[in-house]
Amino acid sequence: MVAIDITEQSRPSGVWLRRLAGATGPLLGLLALCVFLSFATDAFLSLRNGLNILDQITVLGIMAVGMTFVILIGGIDLSVGSVLALAMMVMGWTANVAGMPLGVGIGVALIASAVSGLIVGLLVTIFRVPAFIATLAMMSAARGVANMITDGQQIVGFPDWFMMLAIDRHFGILTATVFLMLVVVLIAWLFLKFRSEGRMLYAVGGNPEVARLAGINVQLVTIGVYVISAVLAGLAGIVLAARLDSVQPSSGFGYELDTIAAVVIGGTSLSGGAGGIGGTLIGVLIIGVLRNGLNLLNVSPFLQQVIIGIVIVLAVGAETIRRRRA
Amino acid sequence: MTEPVLSLRGISKRYGPLQVLKNVSLDVYAGEVVALLGENGAGKSTLSGIIAGSRAPSEGTMTWLGQPYAPATPREAIDKGVVLIHQELQLLPELSIAENVFIGRWPMKNGVIDRAEMVRRAQEQLSRLNLHIPATRKVAGLSTANQQLIEIAKALALDAKLLILDEPTAALGGAETEALFNQVRKLRSEGVGIVYISHRMEEIKQITDRIVVLRDGVRVQEFADSATPVRTIVESMVGRPLERMFPPLPEPSGRPVLQVSGLTSPVRSFRDVSFEVQSGEILGIAGLVGAGRTELVRAISGADPISAGTIKLNGEELRLRSPADAIAKGIVMVPEDRKDQGIVVTHRISENVVYPNLDMFGRRWITSKMKRTFAEQAISKFGVKGRAEQYASDLSGGNQQKVVIAKWLMRDPKVVILDEPTRGIDVGARAGIYDIIVNLAKKGVAVIVVSSDLEEVLGVSNRILVLAQGKQAGILDREEANDVSVMELATI
Repeated sequence: MVAIDITEQSRPSGVWLRRLAGATGPLLGLLALCVFLSFATDAFLSLRNGLNILDQITVLGIMAVGMTFVILIGGIDLSVGSVLALAMMVMGWTANVAGMPLGVGIGVALIASAVSGLIVGLLVTIFRVPAFIATLAMMSAARGVANMITDGQQIVGFPDWFMMLAIDRHFGILTATVFLMLVVVLIAWLFLKFRSEGRMLYAVGGNPEVARLAGINVQLVTIGVYVISAVLAGLAGIVLAARLDSVQPSSGFGYELDTIAAVVIGGTSLSGGAGGIGGTLIGVLIIGVLRNGLNLLNVSPFLQQVIIGIVIVLAVGAETIRRRRA
Repeated sequence: MTEPVLSLRGISKRYGPLQVLKNVSLDVYAGEVVALLGENGAGKSTLSGIIAGSRAPSEGTMTWLGQPYAPATPREAIDKGVVLIHQELQLLPELSIAENVFIGRWPMKNGVIDRAEMVRRAQEQLSRLNLHIPATRKVAGLSTANQQLIEIAKALALDAKLLILDEPTAALGGAETEALFNQVRKLRSEGVGIVYISHRMEEIKQITDRIVVLRDGVRVQEFADSATPVRTIVESMVGRPLERMFPPLPEPSGRPVLQVSGLTSPVRSFRDVSFEVQSGEILGIAGLVGAGRTELVRAISGADPISAGTIKLNGEELRLRSPADAIAKGIVMVPEDRKDQGIVVTHRISENVVYPNLDMFGRRWITSKMKRTFAEQAISKFGVKGRAEQYASDLSGGNQQKVVIAKWLMRDPKVVILDEPTRGIDVGARAGIYDIIVNLAKKGVAVIVVSSDLEEVLGVSNRILVLAQGKQAGILDREEANDVSVMELATI
C-alpha cells in the first residue's frame, strides 16, 4: 500500500480509477487475468458470465468488507465463517421451527451475529484477549451453537420470494443479493473515506496509543468494528441461505481464510492502518474471476486451491517488493 | 603513534541521486574513543553501517589491521572483530543472558549446545564488565543500562577489537551513564578501539579522545582537544554561527489556570504532588530518570489514572477518565515518545493533524480537500517544512515534532504539556521548538515542559518543579534555579 500511495503523492491529481481502487498492483493483476481468460476460453467474456461471477462473489464480498474494517484496525477475525453459519441456523429455526415470519428470522439472525461480534469486541478490549485467540474461540463456539440448534440437521423450504432474491435479475441485470453487496461496498467505502468514524479506524490501526492520546475512544472503535464484521458475516449467511434455499450448520467452513485472502490480496496491510475497500473489492473480484476462469478451463478444484495459494503469495510479495524499491 | 586498526579512505555513498557521504576518510587507533558527531542526516549511521558491513560504500577503500577490508555482510565484519551496537537494543527478552550473548554461535559439544560452557563463558564476559548478575537470568526485567552492557558483553564474546556504539546513553540516566562510561574506559585501556556516536555534547567531551564532525555527508572538522567549547563544536555541526537558543520569556499573568494538589499515582510512581500553573506561565518539570515526571503529566492529561488528589482547571475540578476527557476540557499533551505516541509515521501529515480534531468535523463528510486545508492552516502557523499530503516518515524529527504540536493548536487549548519536546531533535532545529513554546505562553496558555535536558528546562521555564523518586522535591523560581540547585533537589 505504501508503494501505491507514493505514486499518488508524485501525481497528486491521480486518475479517478486509482483513487477508487486504492490498489493499482492488484487492479493490473485483475485486468491481466480477465484479458487472459477472454482469450483462453470462449465463455468467459460475456455479460452472462460476468453476472454469474457477481452472483458467486456476493457472500465473500459482504464478509470481506467487515474483514477489511477488522484488519484496518490491526485485528483479525477468524470467526466469520462460523458466525455466518450461526446466522443461517438462527434464521432457519426462527422461521421454520418457531414458525415466525422469515423477515423476523432475518432480524433475529442479524441480532445473534451482532451479539457474537459484541462478545469478541468485549473480549479483545476489556479482557485484553488477543484478537486471534478471541475470534478463534468464537469460531469454535459459534459453530457449536449453530450445530446445537438443529442437532446438526439442515433446514429447507423457505418462501419463494426469499429464493428469488438470489435468482430474479431485476432489469435483467442485478439480483437483489448482488445489489445488496454493491450497496454494502459503496456505504463502507464512503464511510471509511469520508466519515470521521471511518478515519478513526485508520488512526487506531496506525498506532492505537497515538489514537488514544488524540482523544479517540479506541475501545469503542474496536468493539464497533467487531460488531460490524459479525453483522456482515450474518448478512452474508442470509445471502447464502437465499442462494442455497436451505440452511445447514456446516456452511461457511473455511470462509474466514478466503475472506482474509481477499482483503490481503487487495492490499490492506495486516499490521493495520493502511488499505481500504477499493482494494478489497478488487481482491474479491480476483478470487471470483480466478475460480470462475479455472472452472471454465476445467481445472480440478484441488489444483484451484493450489493456484489461489500461489496468487496470494504473488500479490502480497509483489507489493512488498514494490514497497522496498520505493 | 602506531598503525591505526581501521582506516577509511575516500568513502562515498550514493542512494540514486542522493549522496549521503562524500569522500570521508577516518582512522581509528587501538585504545581510543573517537566521537562521530553530526546532525540527523549528516551520514553518521550510514558511515557506521559501512564500517560494520551492513551497507556497501559506493566508492573508497577500507583497511583493517593492515589488510584490505570490504565486509559484504555484518557477519563478515563481526568475524573480523568489528561490532556495531545499535541504538535500539537487539536482545531477545525471554531468553537467558547467556543465550543472548552466544545467539547464533552457541558453543557446541557432540552436536548439541554445551550449555554449561555457554553459561561459564558468558559469566566471564559479564564479570569483565563488572556486571554481577547470573548469566542464566532472563533478559526481560533488566534495566536498560544492564541490557546495554549485555549488548557489549555480546560484542566482547565475539572478541571485538572495534566497537561502534550508536547513541548508547539515549535511554540511560545519570548514574547509569557513569557506570557505562567506566566500562568504556576499561575497554579502551584493554586496547579496544571505540567509535562513539551521540547527540549529547557533555558526555562526548567526557568520554572521547577525539571528535570528528560530519555535516551533510562530509567530514568537516576534527577536534582533538577536549577543552574545545561546546559552542564551537555545535557551530561546526550545524555549519553556521549559533543564534540565541532560548527566546525571552513572557511575564506570567498571575491568574492560575491549572491547579494540582495531592496528586498520587495508583502505582506510586508519583506521590502527593501539588503545584499550579498560571496563564502565560511555563512550568518546567525536572528530575532524574524514574523520578515520575512522565507519569505525572500523563495523569494530568488523562492518559493514566490517579488514586488521590485533585486537578482543577480554572477552579473547576476535573475527573479525567481518558485523554478524550482532558482534550475536551482543553488540556493537551505532546508525548515523550514521538514515534510511538505522537504521530503515525506511515500516515500523511494531513491525517495526523486531523486525528485529534475529528470531532471538529462533527457529523459532516470529510473530504481529502478539507483535511488538507485544515492541516495546511495548522502547519503553516508553525513553519513545518513539508506539505500536508506528505508522509510523516519523510519529515525530520524536528518537523515531525512540530506536526505533533500543531495538531493540538487548532483547538485553542488552555494547558499544553510537552514531554521531552526536543528529544532526538537536531540542535539547529531546537530553537524553533522553543519559539513555539514561548509563543504559546505569550498567548496566555499555561505550559508545562518536562525535560531531562537541564539546560532546556532552565532556558524555557518561569519556574521549575523538581521531582525525586516520585516525590515533589521543591519548586524553584527562575532566579534561584541553576544546574546545581536543580540537581541538589533531584538527587535528594
